[in-house]
Amino acid sequence: MQGSAAGLAYRGRTASIGFAHGPFVRVDVDTKDARVAGTLVEEALALRNAIDVASRQIADLAEMAGGEAAQILEFQVALLDDEDFLEAIFAAIGEGDAADVAWRSALDGQIADYDSAEDEYLKARSSDLADLRDRVINILRGGEGQAPKIPGGSVICADDLPPSRFLEIDWSAGGGLALLRGSPTSHVAMLARARGIPMVVQLGTIPDVGATALLDGEGATLELDPSAEQLRLFEARRESHRKSRASARAILRRPTASWRGERIRLLINIQSVDDLAHADAQYADGIGLMRTEFLLTDRGGLPDEEAQFGAYDAVLRWADRRPVTIRTFDAGGDKPVPGFTMDGEANPFLGVRGLRLCLARPEIFAVQLRALARAAVRGNLKVMFPMVTSADELEAGRKLFADIVQRLQAEGVAAMLPELGIMVEVPAAALAVATFKAAFFSIGSNDLAQYVLACDRSNGALAPLMDPLHPAVLELIARTAEHGRRAAVSVSLCGDMASDPRCLPALLNCGLRELSVNPSALAQIKQTIDRLSGGGGLG
Amino acid sequence: MLDKADGHIFTGNVRLVHAVGMHARPAVKLTKLAKRFQAQISVRVAGAPEWINAKSVAKIMAMRAAHGSTIEIKASGSDAEAAVAALVNLIATDFPDEAS
Repeated sequence: MQGSAAGLAYRGRTASIGFAHGPFVRVDVDTKDARVAGTLVEEALALRNAIDVASRQIADLAEMAGGEAAQILEFQVALLDDEDFLEAIFAAIGEGDAADVAWRSALDGQIADYDSAEDEYLKARSSDLADLRDRVINILRGGEGQAPKIPGGSVICADDLPPSRFLEIDWSAGGGLALLRGSPTSHVAMLARARGIPMVVQLGTIPDVGATALLDGEGATLELDPSAEQLRLFEARRESHRKSRASARAILRRPTASWRGERIRLLINIQSVDDLAHADAQYADGIGLMRTEFLLTDRGGLPDEEAQFGAYDAVLRWADRRPVTIRTFDAGGDKPVPGFTMDGEANPFLGVRGLRLCLARPEIFAVQLRALARAAVRGNLKVMFPMVTSADELEAGRKLFADIVQRLQAEGVAAMLPELGIMVEVPAAALAVATFKAAFFSIGSNDLAQYVLACDRSNGALAPLMDPLHPAVLELIARTAEHGRRAAVSVSLCGDMASDPRCLPALLNCGLRELSVNPSALAQIKQTIDRLSGGGGLG
Repeated sequence: MLDKADGHIFTGNVRLVHAVGMHARPAVKLTKLAKRFQAQISVRVAGAPEWINAKSVAKIMAMRAAHGSTIEIKASGSDAEAAVAALVNLIATDFPDEAS
């Protein structure tokens, strides 16, 4: 049996429900951890070596590709052979920068320069530079080079997976994600739930072999090279899951959810226009959270005003008269964005992220605010700022926004200042909620819990402590809801708690009457509220 | 640095006829050709304040020379005269594929 995984089953923790049956693909991921830097000489040699390796790789690629592609790749080779360009990077290493830090900062500088160009040809070159940047950094970190091609519908297995890698994978044919470590509260788990991709984390150690896999997101199991009997049981579980979902979806068609005679508004969280394609999305009372940082990770650099306006406008048109709450860029923390977020923060979750970062980078923020101000005249738009600590930050953001609206109007462009609200995710904001002149509040329970409980939500070892139903978290939620009721300001909750049926009784008892959930959870949540209202249990 | 006493400074002027200006492909060809010479070679868009090292593709790209602009070339060193002639020819003939 040595070296064979046939018929073996492994159990982990559920991060996203659903079922996947497909090729088993191991992905070796470069961790986001920085390299351990050596001496000045070692760092210079490491970079020199990485550049040589990259040069050879690209030359090989060019030879295989030929034609137009080869000429494009030649530019990358020429850059690696440009002593003037490299001189500044080696000088930075001489002054104590690590090889990868110096390299990244030089390339990011070039990329930003190209991105700011008027000229489309030059702008298009910035993705070549990003490619080159990542290739050399990958080599410096001991990685291979380019990621291997992953067949559609695969069960992908990795130690852990950064959100950017998740987004690079083509999930259009389904598939699933099996992580040996990882955490159900990580960012990548949120992405998997939003996309309806089954995901199991904390599987521990599993053998490196296996051709096909069954991943059951509900039972949190991974089975490698399954027997006919295992496959039969798996299909039976998948079928019963499908049936229970079908009955939940029948409930969606009923107009509104209510609990003890009070209307419960159920909105959805989305991160791109594509998420509206989910079959259940149409039954939502609106969009409670549209994330926008995913606009930032596209290869072409920071998105321009038109690209942003297009995305916002499409969502507003879809929503018709229903409210749409768009959250401004929430980068930083576990969502680094090259060219935008701060490098080398010792503790990024407590660092320059969310609104803090936007206020520190007004030139990037202004582009988003312009696009939002123009979109505001097109529908029922509300805008909220993430990671707000003090009322001054809200006012600073408001002032920037108001100035931009004024300038647009002076230019004769249709624009208006939308309703402005804040995310309540910093404990200070929850405790001093009455000091904010916000038109609405939205509780970000993932970050609120991580800060109140002092638990890094991406650290799987803390999962047992990371309990969103901890009385301290519920106390802050109840206080925020209570303030909303007294001040007649709407309060909703858009974190993962809202999509978790087990948390619903607590949230309703805290006084929340507005929840924003993942489109794939909408049916189940509506069904759960129905049962609770009828005096039933969670079922 | 270019006025070093290694003989003459040779110069040339040529109009950039390439349709999209000095972009990746032409810039790569220009720097590749320049590197074949010992001479120190500098270029600039006519009238620009700074001369640019013709052997640095990053700097040539950053020069952002547009279609129709005039490129000035100067070189010093043992093969400076041939270098200027070769670069002028490359740009004037619109970076043909066999030139490099």
